[in-house]
Amino acid sequence: MDEIFWVVRRDVSFPARGPCSIKKCYDSERIVFDGRVVKMQIIQILWERRAFFATCLLEHIRISLTAVVCAGVLGILLGVFISGRKKLAGAVLGVVNVIYTIPSISLLGFLIPFTGIGNKTAVIALTVYGLLPIVRNTYTGLTNVDAGILEVAEGLGSDGSQMMLRIQFPLALPVIISGFRNMVVMIIAMGGIASFIGAGGLGAAIYRGITTYNMTLTAAGSVLIALLALLSDWLLARVQKMVNRRYGIE
Amino acid sequence: MSRAIEIRNVSAAYGSHEVLRRVSLVVERGEFLVIIGPSGCGKTTLLKLINGLVLPAAGEVLVEGERLSACGLTDLRRRIGYAVQGAKLFPHMTVQDNICYVPCLDKKLSKEDKRVLAERMLAMVELPTELAGRFPRQLSGGQKQRVGIARAMAASPDILLMDEPFGAVDEITRRTLQGELSDLQKKTGITIVFITHDIEEAFKLGSRILIMKDGVIWQEGSREELLEKPRDAFVKQLLCGA
Repeated sequence: MDEIFWVVRRDVSFPARGPCSIKKCYDSERIVFDGRVVKMQIIQILWERRAFFATCLLEHIRISLTAVVCAGVLGILLGVFISGRKKLAGAVLGVVNVIYTIPSISLLGFLIPFTGIGNKTAVIALTVYGLLPIVRNTYTGLTNVDAGILEVAEGLGSDGSQMMLRIQFPLALPVIISGFRNMVVMIIAMGGIASFIGAGGLGAAIYRGITTYNMTLTAAGSVLIALLALLSDWLLARVQKMVNRRYGIE
Repeated sequence: MSRAIEIRNVSAAYGSHEVLRRVSLVVERGEFLVIIGPSGCGKTTLLKLINGLVLPAAGEVLVEGERLSACGLTDLRRRIGYAVQGAKLFPHMTVQDNICYVPCLDKKLSKEDKRVLAERMLAMVELPTELAGRFPRQLSGGQKQRVGIARAMAASPDILLMDEPFGAVDEITRRTLQGELSDLQKKTGITIVFITHDIEEAFKLGSRILIMKDGVIWQEGSREELLEKPRDAFVKQLLCGA
């Protein structure tokens, strides 16, 4: 216990010195920061505690996916709704923007009295955060469609929903999808913080690593989150390409 | 039989700026009416009154005897062809889907029906059928314009509104397109209202020419009438380009 206290104190006093100084300070087995040693240790810990990491990973995917679906549906609907209402759009985008500037950790704190701790609160917080990129991109995409094309579509006899579904939305889709990609990566990354209010996911590994001073555990959790985010982004990039091809955009 | 288009004492404004001042106009069936005038004279507004893209501040518009009202606009528009400068094709749809756009608005067409329709329309505007699967950005300016006309004609409308449709194509293509449009009109007997700022084009196409200035109809008549008795120096100057 004494040793850990000492280490933590030293840690605070060397915040900006980088890996070398840390290595000098705590040259114990667990926190060697030499790149190769850490990599080996991460692979080792991932393998040794694979059941734990698998549970965390699945939980992380579950929480993120729920938040992605909620934020995606809500965000796109909201974006479509405000696209034809300029005054309301300013207000909605303003509010979403302000929410985005609340530090995530304090938003989680604010939510606890209302929704308690655990996955539910995490999903709500992630959904709220995810709204900004998707609402903004949906709105921007829809309002930037060539006005001349919309007028022709109207002049040819499209009704309101046909205009939206057949012309405006498909033309805005590339912009909406890039907002969606943004949102997904953000939610997955931010999902790591959710364990601070008792939610599951890879944040649990990170959090446990921090509290038990197991740097490798923290690093392993972070690496998995990063890989999950990158993989999702790559998959969505494929989807984006497919959509672009379908709509003849190169 | 009712007239194709009747505009009675219509005024129109964008905000406080009055664009049309008590304009009255009758277009008979099968007529090829060309509207010409300097930019800002209200010719596009006059055209948009006919398919309800602009609603009159005063007066009334009748299309085929029916008074234009906000509720029946989409149905009416489907029976009026509309082609504009630069074609404004839907960039995310193939040529075939562009052409079949209007017929597909009120019923679902089978793939085969679409193909047949697209082929027929492409043949009408003298384009090879291979273009059906292309996207608009893969077409030349003249081809786009032809597809734009095919799209406007696909639902076999009785009235075709054209807003400077050949404004963005080169001189040679424009001459060809003018010839084709003229033939098309004679063949189908469709009523066409055509906007241009090119007096040569107006003389070549129009069975009647309408000169607009500052939101009013300045003078109208056939080519001969206009050349014989121009109303004033403005009309003379306009005509001397031909």
